[in-house]
Amino acid sequence: MHIPFTLQFINLLAALLLLVSFAMLAQRRILSLVNLFAWQGALLALSTFIVAYSSNQHHLYYSAGLTLLLKVLLLPWLLHRLMRKLNVRWDVETLINIPTTMLFGIALVIFAFNLAAPISQLAEGITRGLIGIALACVLLSLLMMLTRRKAVTQVVAFLSLENGLFFAATSATQGMPLVVELGIALDVLVATFIFGIFFFQIRETFDSLDIGHMEKLKDD
Amino acid sequence: MIDLQLLALLLIPLLGGGLLAVFGSRSWAAELNSLMSFLTFAASVVLTVRVIDSGPQVAFSEQFFIDQFNVFLVALTAFVAFTTSLFSRPYMRIEQHHGKLTTGMLHLYYSMYQLFTFAMLIALTTNNMGIVWVAMEAATLTTVLLVSLYRTPASLEAAWKYFILCGVGIALALFGTILLYFAAERVLGQGGTALLWTHLNDVKGELEPTVLKLAFIFLLVGYGTKVGLVPLHSWLPDAHAEGPTPVSAVLSGLLLNVALCAVVRSKVLVDGSLGNHFAGNLMMGFGLLSVLVASFSLFRQKDIKRMFAYSSIEHMGLITFAFGMGGPVATFAGMLHMTVHSLTKSAIFFAVGHAVQKVGTQQMDSIRGMLQVSPTVGWGLALGTFAILGMPPFGVFASEFLIITTAMHEYPWATPILLVSLGVAFAAIFGKMQPIVFGETTAKPLPHPPALVPVFVHLLLVLMLGLYMPPYLADWYRQAAALLG
Amino acid sequence: MENYDLIFAILFQLAQLVVVVLAAPLLTGWVNQCQAWLQNRSGAGVLQPYRVLHKLFHKDAVIAHNASPLFRVTPYIVFGCMWLAAAIIPIIAVDLPFSQAADVIALVGVFAVARVFISLAAMDIGTAFGSLGARREMLVSFLAEPALLMVLFTASMISHSTQLPRIVETLAHHQFVLYPSLAFAALAFIIVLLAENARIPVDNPSTHLELTMIHEAMILEYSARHLALIEWASSLKLFAYISIGIALFVPHGIAEVGHWAGLPLGIVLLLLKLMLAGAGLAVLETVMAKMRIFRAPEFLGTAFLLAVLGLLIHFLLGA
Repeated sequence: MHIPFTLQFINLLAALLLLVSFAMLAQRRILSLVNLFAWQGALLALSTFIVAYSSNQHHLYYSAGLTLLLKVLLLPWLLHRLMRKLNVRWDVETLINIPTTMLFGIALVIFAFNLAAPISQLAEGITRGLIGIALACVLLSLLMMLTRRKAVTQVVAFLSLENGLFFAATSATQGMPLVVELGIALDVLVATFIFGIFFFQIRETFDSLDIGHMEKLKDD
Repeated sequence: MIDLQLLALLLIPLLGGGLLAVFGSRSWAAELNSLMSFLTFAASVVLTVRVIDSGPQVAFSEQFFIDQFNVFLVALTAFVAFTTSLFSRPYMRIEQHHGKLTTGMLHLYYSMYQLFTFAMLIALTTNNMGIVWVAMEAATLTTVLLVSLYRTPASLEAAWKYFILCGVGIALALFGTILLYFAAERVLGQGGTALLWTHLNDVKGELEPTVLKLAFIFLLVGYGTKVGLVPLHSWLPDAHAEGPTPVSAVLSGLLLNVALCAVVRSKVLVDGSLGNHFAGNLMMGFGLLSVLVASFSLFRQKDIKRMFAYSSIEHMGLITFAFGMGGPVATFAGMLHMTVHSLTKSAIFFAVGHAVQKVGTQQMDSIRGMLQVSPTVGWGLALGTFAILGMPPFGVFASEFLIITTAMHEYPWATPILLVSLGVAFAAIFGKMQPIVFGETTAKPLPHPPALVPVFVHLLLVLMLGLYMPPYLADWYRQAAALLG
Repeated sequence: MENYDLIFAILFQLAQLVVVVLAAPLLTGWVNQCQAWLQNRSGAGVLQPYRVLHKLFHKDAVIAHNASPLFRVTPYIVFGCMWLAAAIIPIIAVDLPFSQAADVIALVGVFAVARVFISLAAMDIGTAFGSLGARREMLVSFLAEPALLMVLFTASMISHSTQLPRIVETLAHHQFVLYPSLAFAALAFIIVLLAENARIPVDNPSTHLELTMIHEAMILEYSARHLALIEWASSLKLFAYISIGIALFVPHGIAEVGHWAGLPLGIVLLLLKLMLAGAGLAVLETVMAKMRIFRAPEFLGTAFLLAVLGLLIHFLLGA
């Protein structure tokens, strides 16, 4: 079976995306986490660009450019700035230790692949299997969100979750309509700003960005 | 013509948001807020009349779609948004007088209030399933800062939880939307039309069932988080209890409905593709679980707003169950229940808001004898409680009755669960509200007269819907129910 | 004609046996020399391992009083195992007579036999260091072995066979395809290689610091010809591992049976690959720092994770 080289390359990028998701899950330092997030964005932009090239969809070039601007340059820059301002460079504290998290992660990947298997069989050509990887990335980000205590990490997890979704949208379906993509990008941007506002409010109120302080609201 | 009417409906709140972003700290900002909400309501009435007269319509090169079902939610949304703006005028002034809010916070509140209305109206009227998602996310973003308006540790925690949980939920919904598009582009081809609901509805029989099944699970879980379905509900009581009362009222009365509307829209497509009752069963399951868990949680509540938040989960569960059953009667009942629940619950929150302001705490143990403090607030609470518990003359009784009788016919096994849950909810809320309304008190009067007109208007409407449903309205609801199948 | 082929195959096999056992110390020497260069030392030359072996073989063996026969035979067993392992890997050519008999699972088994014996021998004398080393060795290999198996399985999935020659044949004589799964497997394999051959960052082959050593702790009681055999076996093991890596991930250019024409090119390419691999290993060891022994499980866990990911991705993408 001859597979076009572009598809092979997208497959490789998808695999790398999954690897970066795992690396983020294993990462203990917030600074490296943000850098990994930027790498994830770069992989995403590259894969979008290749999909645009191979499927000749012009609006995907804009998506790729937007991804590059937003996910690789703007958001990491904003996060770095935030971290400088809030002076958070400490190690990430995890709720479960890293190896256990990794095992959970593998289980999630198997689950995601299983879930996506019937869809992969349907898809022809370029999209085969990519939905499974995208779903796995989404679930891994969810796991990261659940196992981390710091507000900043949760936000990075949230953004990387969005990356997984975006990958599904561009590579698996060859791009949603542009108006939807623009809307999504706008929402993400606004969300990041609101997160930023939150960081300051949380730190003002709790003198820390540890989510552990925020477990007071219970049913009693 | 429809273009213009729709444009008016959408532009007024957007304009309001813009104006209030500039003039939000003036002394007349509250009046401007009410005015804009009133204009939105007027536009919605015009649009509603038009749609009921001439059937479903598309506008702006099919990007918007209005039928009897969503125009009903548009009218309800605009109406409750308007009455809530009336209520919030004196309420927020009293809060400011108590030193809980500053002018800057009010500024934020007014502009976000209008933008929130705008986002909800977009989510309701758009034909594009992708834009539904964008608008739902925008609705979260506009309210999240309102939940943390008081800047107390508890309100920050609630807002953070709300943001993260709904963010995650809505992300799953996006994945569902992507899968939907994935299935649709194989039938409709690449490009803009593959996410338009009307187009999808036309070809729903050809959509790939395996993909749609998975897509619906994601959509239900995603938007279900926003509806507050158990087990994804944990943000809801916090956000309702810690945010300002008008925000609780619109969250409970409107946002949950809008999210449910998105679920129902997806269900129509999935039903068409699968040809079985998969989506309905899933919704019924989530609905029943929500009703059950929420009604038993009511007993443990000490905070009055939390308690009514759980009551909202219970009622949303009931509505989800009704839509899950499907069929003209159940869908009709679900829509009726949506209406009466929105009206009643917002009325209760208005009354509760003033009661809490009088006493200065949300702890139910400390709120006593509201009838003595202020007969209007007391009666508002008492009647609201009666209404939400489904006492006979009120509309909630009619819709619950319809839902339960349909369930007896179609799914007899579900009836005991529903009856037990409703009984438990009745006992819990009634037991807790009785001393609050009738007990002895030491509370002081308020610095501004409370605005209780909205409370009684809402309750009157609910009463009317319980006693007599105008044929025009019944016909409208029947048409909408027929559209959903 | 067929007899002719068989004779050549046997000749190839014999050649490989001899070449492997002779060349293994050379590879170790090359790695050490590269390291020396990277550390700005002049180094002892690539032939140093031979000199060490020569020296050790001419010394008298000293053996503890309480040593059992197990202790004495272990060096021979370990050496034999490693030689056998190196013999069944298709290094110079595909389809050697020996390699028909053994596949990748057997290969892992052969390594395991050697490990069991060396650990038992380490505990045989009853010194503290021996037991400590054996325990650590078991910890490391307990984590590395599943990862190695996963790597081998990934390659087997692609070629639908657990026979190394078949795997090599499929991968080498195939149209060029990007295998994301193999990329993951390669990363995992490098980590396993570092751990199993007692290299930095898991172990340090050139130190006798009690706190950190693993392999050296186990062979502390050996001297003279026994030590020489064990050192030689270590070289063979490194050679075998690098050869497996080459066979799995860059097999291009390997000669087929009876292909006289392909042989010179194959040998040149092989030499080049070995030199590059050795230099790469030296670079890796130079840039990495020895990690605490308690971090080793995490490091090897990463290898396992990567290998499993590779396998899963193969399932999903079929590539």
